[in-house]
Amino acid sequence: MNLPETILVIDDEVQIRRLLEITLSSNGFKISEAGTGKDGLIAAATHPPALVILDLGLPDSDGIEILKKFREWYQKPIIILSVRNSEEDIINALDNGANDYLTKPFRTGELLARIRVALRKSQESDDNPNLTFGSLSIDLVNHIVRKEGIILKLTTTEFSLLSLLSRNSGRVLTHHTILKEIWGFGYVGQTQYLRVFIAQLRKKIEDDPAKPKYLITESGIGYRFHE
Amino acid sequence: MDFKDNRPDPDELLASLKLEEEKSKRGKLKIFFGMCAGVGKTYTMLQTAHAEKLKGCDIIIGYVETHNRKETADLVEGFELIPRKTYYYKSTAVNEMDLDAIIARKPWLVIVDELAHTNAPGSRHAKRFQDVMEILDNGINVYTTVNVQHLESRSDTVAQITGIIVRETVPDEIFENADDIEVIDLTPDELLQRLSDGKVYTPERSKEAVESFFRKGNITALREMALRIVADRVDKQLHEYMQLKRIKGPWKSGLHLLVAVSHTQQSAKLLRWAKNLSYTMGADLQAIYVETSHKPDTKESEQLNKNISLARQLGIKFRFVTNSDMVKAIVDFAQKENITHIIIGKPRVRNLLTLLRLGNFVNRLIRYSGNIDVYILGSDNQKKDRFKENVSLPSFTSNIRQYFLASLIVFLTATICFFIKEFIGYQVVSFALLFVVSTLAFFFGTGPILVAATLSALIWDFFFIPPPYTLHVDKPEDMLMLIMFFIIALLSGVLTSRIKRQEMKIRIREERTNALYQLTRELSTATGVEEVIVIAKNDIKKYFNLKSRILLKNDDNKLAYVNQKDTDFTLSKNDLSIAEWTYHHSAKAGKHTDTLPSGSFTFYPLKGNQMNLGVIAIQQEIVFTQGEEQFWETFISQISGKFEREYLRNMAKQAFVLNESDKLYKTLFNSISHELRIPVATIMGASDSLITTRHPEEITKELSNEIFKASKRLNRLIENLLNMSRLESGRITLRLDWCDIHDLINKVTESLKEELKSFSLHVVIPDDMPFVKMDFGLMEQVLYNLMYNATQYASSSNNLRVKAFYDNGIMTLQVMDRGPGFPAKEISLIFNKFYRVEGSGVGGTGLGLSIAKGFTEAHKGTITVENRQNGGAKFTIKIPTEIPEIEFKGEIINK
Repeated sequence: MNLPETILVIDDEVQIRRLLEITLSSNGFKISEAGTGKDGLIAAATHPPALVILDLGLPDSDGIEILKKFREWYQKPIIILSVRNSEEDIINALDNGANDYLTKPFRTGELLARIRVALRKSQESDDNPNLTFGSLSIDLVNHIVRKEGIILKLTTTEFSLLSLLSRNSGRVLTHHTILKEIWGFGYVGQTQYLRVFIAQLRKKIEDDPAKPKYLITESGIGYRFHE
Repeated sequence: MDFKDNRPDPDELLASLKLEEEKSKRGKLKIFFGMCAGVGKTYTMLQTAHAEKLKGCDIIIGYVETHNRKETADLVEGFELIPRKTYYYKSTAVNEMDLDAIIARKPWLVIVDELAHTNAPGSRHAKRFQDVMEILDNGINVYTTVNVQHLESRSDTVAQITGIIVRETVPDEIFENADDIEVIDLTPDELLQRLSDGKVYTPERSKEAVESFFRKGNITALREMALRIVADRVDKQLHEYMQLKRIKGPWKSGLHLLVAVSHTQQSAKLLRWAKNLSYTMGADLQAIYVETSHKPDTKESEQLNKNISLARQLGIKFRFVTNSDMVKAIVDFAQKENITHIIIGKPRVRNLLTLLRLGNFVNRLIRYSGNIDVYILGSDNQKKDRFKENVSLPSFTSNIRQYFLASLIVFLTATICFFIKEFIGYQVVSFALLFVVSTLAFFFGTGPILVAATLSALIWDFFFIPPPYTLHVDKPEDMLMLIMFFIIALLSGVLTSRIKRQEMKIRIREERTNALYQLTRELSTATGVEEVIVIAKNDIKKYFNLKSRILLKNDDNKLAYVNQKDTDFTLSKNDLSIAEWTYHHSAKAGKHTDTLPSGSFTFYPLKGNQMNLGVIAIQQEIVFTQGEEQFWETFISQISGKFEREYLRNMAKQAFVLNESDKLYKTLFNSISHELRIPVATIMGASDSLITTRHPEEITKELSNEIFKASKRLNRLIENLLNMSRLESGRITLRLDWCDIHDLINKVTESLKEELKSFSLHVVIPDDMPFVKMDFGLMEQVLYNLMYNATQYASSSNNLRVKAFYDNGIMTLQVMDRGPGFPAKEISLIFNKFYRVEGSGVGGTGLGLSIAKGFTEAHKGTITVENRQNGGAKFTIKIPTEIPEIEFKGEIINK
């Protein structure tokens, strides 16, 4: 990485913007700021940033609307940073194209980690057929999963689930999204299937299924594959 | 002189003071009273009103009839007139006084002519005096006019004098309680002069009137009556005045009259007469009706109801007594109530039997009444008063079928006996017939039994007693036997049927007692208004077979309309206004009553001891009989009593809550301010130190760490407060989804990683633990709060156990620590908001557990706590849940 990447912060609170500026710039990012959704859209259109941090409670319009407008043309990661912590809000944002969601108050370390994951994901080519996470390796083409070199026996669905989550590693996938992708529209809402297969998968890939390292539950929202 | 003698009876004084007080709140009623039409009552009334108006009083005209008299019409000028309201009755428009408009206008005084007027059907009240009562209740003064013939107690006498039956009457009570009465007097000659001058009626009508009504004799008699009434009243006022001012004088006579009333028209007269007597004697008066085994027929009960309402109008207290012995009932009652005079009507003699019975009645009453005077009032000479069909033994009330059947059975028995008389002998036949007659008495009324008895005697005589086929009897012993047969048949028949009736009466009474007992029992176990409503409605359905609807008052003393889900019928806007009226006037209204009879339901007030609780509406097709009405009122008074107790209990609870919330506020203030300030102080102090001083790196790190920890604490507090307010506002909506308990516990232990460092955590979950349906986020909070608490209170390096299992529809989640546990006396309080165990040093707001409780209860679950045997606390959460049925469509799992 030669040129510092630009991150656009859209937040009406000066204090938050200031905090982000200090934290992000000291971590090698370039910052541009906007206090309203409209300013944010204009700023992004003029100098497209590598990532957007968006607040939902903006003075001029609802953050979700801004998110939708961004998604009409903007492909790069958007991370929501908001005080709204209800599951509905989070799911709504994720389903409308947000890559990640963090509630205020947040730990800066956590935010930085999420930013890095999001940026890397967006730069990675999608067609990397081999994924490796610690001792776990996933061969997407041949449907082979190895743990410490030993091949794990996975059912078709288990593999599809693992493949979906691992391809989106670091990112929260809502129940809705997962069910739709693996089982199809008819199963949206039937989370019991999802729970069963997650439990199965954990038994197979985790060292301690009771303390999962890879398949992380996001309370009431979905799952995240942790790298 | 004995000092005591000067003191009025405290009870009477209290009563008079109470009366004064009541009167002061109500409007004042002034009656312009005259002997008949044409004396100038309306004229004088308007003149007086003008004089008042000059003083600046707000006076309007509610209703004045000028009868096209010019002088009167002139006087109407200058007053605000409330437009009359038009009612349509059988397509005829009738103009009536607009009661609501008057009350809404709320003047100081309203002029309402002709108090005795009967309103058009469809008006709120049947009579104008009821309108006036309502106006007075609203604190508005009233001027009105009344003629002497319209006074309830005088209408009989007036009818006797003038031969005209007066239908529009005013209860004496109103007259007696009027604040002021001005008599408008004219000499008969002057009046006749006015009439012939055409000042009262048009010339043609005048002529007619003079011939029929305004005869000099009539006028003089009416005049005497009017003047005497007013004189009596003045006399009474003097008494009252003396009483009020504690002037010793001729106190109330100490006489107590009792008038015995029956279900005859004669009793109405008796009541009026007794009222007059009591008035002149200065005695109080009660009326009594004795319910005997005689069951009044429809006509009689109608008359009885009329008599009762007349008694009420006359202001006579009416009492019911049930006893088969009328004399005993009356005398017992009289002795109990210290009655000095008993008034009865002269019994009417209809036939020999009643003569015997009634003669006996008077004699016995005189004999047993001891030192109580007995007045016997002469019966009416109006022959038409008698109910011809009303023979003393109600024989013909039984229906034709019974007569037919009774005769048929007698015939059949006789026929059978006829064929076997050779074997049994004719004398035995008499026993067979006697047996049949006595048996029939169990099933049939008195009439058919009489017929059967006579018939069997005749048959026996004709067909069996030798010589057969004649009525002639040869042997004197047979003759004797025939007579005895007849008497025995008659007696046994009549007695049996009387016993049967008596029995029925007792049964009805028992049923009622039982119903009341059941009701009180059910009510006593009921808690909450909703439950009482259900019980009341069910019991009314059960015992009266009536659909009902209960409207209760709310805290603003208004009727709340929508407090029932299971409504048997809906009330129209009109009905609701009747309900409103009933509630405010605590008198029944609607169908079958005098007030607003146009309604489709009857409304009874639910009267408690201290307040009106609401209204009950019933859909009643047949009017209650007197006994039923009494029973009904007792019944609903039980219900009202219960409602009142519930209401008072709620009030007490509210007062308590208010008190509690005050306490809560203080606690909140103390604990929150403390909990907020500590982390803020830490953050401020540490950051200030970082800003102003150059510290070595490890100190900087430590300070930053402190800041971070304080912020976390602050954040936790804010979370708790927000959750609490979510709970308080009732805005928790569950997002139920399948949850993996492993996940739940894992999430919580992850977020409590720091706190749990020094604990050894044991998670016990059975292998076959199914997924359960819960709100993951909320339950995470619950478990977090419980476990966080455990880490705060239990000393470290202790065991901490979290256990979950599912059994029979219930998910159980337990958190067990080895901390100090809870003091026994406080253990029941720890889920209360802001409750903190005494002497617990650890910071906290006392919110965590109450939030845990709230969220658990949002899942319809329970949370309990107990102290463990070897120390520590055990929290148990039980949540009813379903578990998923999972089909795997051929997919193989767990290879």
